[in-house]
Amino acid sequence: MMHSVLIVAVASLVTIALRFLPFMIFNGKRKTPDIILYLGKVLPYAIMGMLVVYCLKDMSFKAAADFVPQIIAGAVVVLSYVWRRNTLLSISGGTLVYVLLVNFLFV
Amino acid sequence: MKEEFTTEQDVKNLVVKRAFRDSIPVMTGYIVLGIGFGMLLKSEGYGILWSLAMSVFIYAGSMQYVAVSLLASATPLITAMLTTLMVNARHLFYGISMTEAYKDAGKGKPYMIFGLTDETYSLVCHLPKDMDRKEQMRYSLLVTVFDHCYWVTGSVIGSLIPFSAKGIDFALTALFITIFTDQWLTTRNHFSAIAGVLASVACVLLFGSANFLIPAMIAISVILITGKKFALKEEKSK
Repeated sequence: MMHSVLIVAVASLVTIALRFLPFMIFNGKRKTPDIILYLGKVLPYAIMGMLVVYCLKDMSFKAAADFVPQIIAGAVVVLSYVWRRNTLLSISGGTLVYVLLVNFLFV
Repeated sequence: MKEEFTTEQDVKNLVVKRAFRDSIPVMTGYIVLGIGFGMLLKSEGYGILWSLAMSVFIYAGSMQYVAVSLLASATPLITAMLTTLMVNARHLFYGISMTEAYKDAGKGKPYMIFGLTDETYSLVCHLPKDMDRKEQMRYSLLVTVFDHCYWVTGSVIGSLIPFSAKGIDFALTALFITIFTDQWLTTRNHFSAIAGVLASVACVLLFGSANFLIPAMIAISVILITGKKFALKEEKSK
């Protein structure tokens, strides 16, 4: 319980620090270093790739139930997004497919 | 503003209307994702007070989903800290790009910075041009307040839903895949995206799924800094 409170506090404080830091450092007087500008530009793509891997990190290929639902639902998300470019549709559609698969087909 | 008005109160109402109208897409997204978060959190045994506190004080969508797994596995605080740093590092760059725009934001400024989420940033990074500075700042503040309310409302609804379907946590995976796909479709140079995926997969295999985030983050930074030439390559010919 106490540990959970601390985890929430840490997540909150670190997020707040990240959001305030740029306003404290780059208050218009100092020039932003090139390396920060460069990383700011390219890092978001790599981080998103990392977060996708983070979500699928416990996938294994030992049994069909441990990877087939993820692959099918993941494909639904990608293809529906390429088709309609609608974030909400892709998230709800992919999640629905996944929930149905793990509850009815791969129990 | 373009619309005809007579009193100062009318102008204020128009800014409110405009902020509300522009925030509607975020409303649908935040309520759905918030519900998913509340349900997921509840499935780990954390009820409405937890989802309320987290959505009010953390207010970072993807981080809160990740935080559910941190809570569920009673992660050490140092790992929780580093994970938050990595998942939310992109906020540094939103801040950097808003320092100028929020320069004279007035009393609401600390709250506007606190509430600068991905979605809010996407609305305030191009402020309506037909407003004066004061109206623009009022608009930004209102958008920030509205978005925060949507997120908290969604999370609380999620906590109140009496059942939780197994697999609902896929909403987060779907969110990240959607953003990844969108970034892929809207850029030509995929060096960074590929580096992120490959370095992460390699680190999962090398360090195991529980410990891969920190090595992956280091590997990604090193690859991006040393591979700057490749990461910026095609953009010049665009």
